[in-house]
Amino acid sequence: MQELLSISSFIILYGVSYGVVLFTISIGLVVMMGLMRVINLAHGAFAALGGYVAASLMNQLSIPFFIAVPLAVVGVALFSVIVERLFYVHLYTATDLDQVLLTVGLAFVAVAGLNFIFGPNVFPARLPEILTFNINFGIRQFQAYRLFLIVDGAVLFVILWYVFDRTGFGARLRAAVDNRTMAQAIGINVPKLFSIVFALGSGLAALGGAIGFAILPLEPLYPFKYLVIVLIVVSLSGFGSIKSAAAVAIFIGVVDTGCRYLFPGIGAFIIYAILISLIIHKHTGIVVRRRA
Amino acid sequence: MKFQSELLERHRFRPIEAVYWVLLVMAVFVFSDYLAIAATVVIMCLFALSLDLVLGFAGIVTLGHAAYFGVGAYTASLLALGGLHEAITGATLAGLTAAAVALVLGPFVLLLDGLPLIMVTMAIGAIFYEAANKASWLTGGDDGLRGFDFAPLLGIFQWSIYGYTAYLYSLSWLFVLFLLTRRVVGSPFGVALQGIRENRARMRLIGAPVVGHLVRAYVLSAFIAGIAGAIYAQINQFVSLEVLSIDTSVDVVVMLVLGGIGQLYGGLIGAPVYVLVKHFAAQWNPYNWMFIIGALLIVAVRFGRGGLLGFLSTATEWLLRHWRKPTGGAP
Repeated sequence: MQELLSISSFIILYGVSYGVVLFTISIGLVVMMGLMRVINLAHGAFAALGGYVAASLMNQLSIPFFIAVPLAVVGVALFSVIVERLFYVHLYTATDLDQVLLTVGLAFVAVAGLNFIFGPNVFPARLPEILTFNINFGIRQFQAYRLFLIVDGAVLFVILWYVFDRTGFGARLRAAVDNRTMAQAIGINVPKLFSIVFALGSGLAALGGAIGFAILPLEPLYPFKYLVIVLIVVSLSGFGSIKSAAAVAIFIGVVDTGCRYLFPGIGAFIIYAILISLIIHKHTGIVVRRRA
Repeated sequence: MKFQSELLERHRFRPIEAVYWVLLVMAVFVFSDYLAIAATVVIMCLFALSLDLVLGFAGIVTLGHAAYFGVGAYTASLLALGGLHEAITGATLAGLTAAAVALVLGPFVLLLDGLPLIMVTMAIGAIFYEAANKASWLTGGDDGLRGFDFAPLLGIFQWSIYGYTAYLYSLSWLFVLFLLTRRVVGSPFGVALQGIRENRARMRLIGAPVVGHLVRAYVLSAFIAGIAGAIYAQINQFVSLEVLSIDTSVDVVVMLVLGGIGQLYGGLIGAPVYVLVKHFAAQWNPYNWMFIIGALLIVAVRFGRGGLLGFLSTATEWLLRHWRKPTGGAP
């Protein structure tokens, strides 16, 4: 009994904190896909960039973690606006294939760039001491970092929910997601909204990369390595819904952690198999309903 | 009727195509020192051709086509290790195995479209890679499979270290399967596929069995990809996990896009360019090579509609227009 409790608390705590990182990285893409209908396969590159920038601010300039992370987020968000103006503006009306190709191209360039600047190995980054000590829960010990992630995820969720559901910006955003043409007709500046959302989405990805570097290690291939799992969160959570994105990310985090822990040999498949069936069920389900 | 026959004959034979095939045969004499890389080029042409059938003609955006290439490669190696030393039968069986896998997955996967489709094909690719990695009793895991060989082709042609047999064997497969693909895309079925690519909903409304057509195209494409994988394993006498990796899936998409999608010769032009540039850039850091691919993709999407073939035809039209102007006068 004691052991069962210990294992399940481990799976839940580690799974949820992993889910929070996934949520933070994916939510930007969820909103961007909902609003702009762009399949952005380079999203992981912004997360990687956030992690790298935060880590090098800490390593090189010895800026503390809690200042380096916001700086990285703001930096990446500003940088992303340039990328959006240069490349993504042309994609808003392009075909699926063009979107895939151009964003994969950007991801490739990002991988090469990360390797060029930061080297081919896993980038050394250490958490501050305040996050590495262990907390005793009676059942077993946990690193404070995991709790920090969970609290962070909860705060982020509330902020995002407030922004999207309770502010004028959120209302305009939801209007544009639902019906872009109509939103434009009533005077919402949709292109400007696109830029803001793109910066916001990339900034959130950077936040995910920066707070999650102890779970998803920083390496040049980062943009591709975690792409599949992030895209799965996006395609399961539907367009522009924060609540379902959070639920899906946490679900995936817990199931993935649990499967890897309980069935180490085949754990990675179980999650893929479950997700493929869920995606097929969900999307073909939608088609059937619409057809009826 | 004129319109219909135009659609059906869009991919009929044109004399200029002979040049391409003559060049490939000539390569035996001209590049006799580089036949190993030439054979890889031909195999990648075949793989890109298989992708063109689904991506170019049927509009199925897939990032997991390496699964079929890999299934073909592993099947051919396992058959050879099991005692089947006849290469042509081995490749055919490998193609059929890949086709069988596609027949099982296709009816589910092809219900999707857009992002979910891309996702699921990527995830399926990842599953195949993981499966081959874990099932090391069957696939050799990280070490791959080696130590198999083949009887002389048709009982006559020895497999030599110079690679003449290997090259001509690959080229024959490419030619035969190219003729098959040309026949398919020029048939009413091929026209229906292009209809689905252009407008799925409308094809459904006129009563076309959309998913059925897509599954048939997908299975045929998997068959060709499986054979490409099989030849790859056979002539290298080695297969490793690399054939199943996402890189392989992305590579083949890039080749096709560089050449020009939906044009039969797109992959056949894009693959040589891609493989050769990659080969000669191999001394470099692989990451620099990724930069080149990325930049090429961005340029291809932003400026080069229709890939190299599109560029060539635009350039030819432009030249012809300017050539004729002085004699014909401006309209």
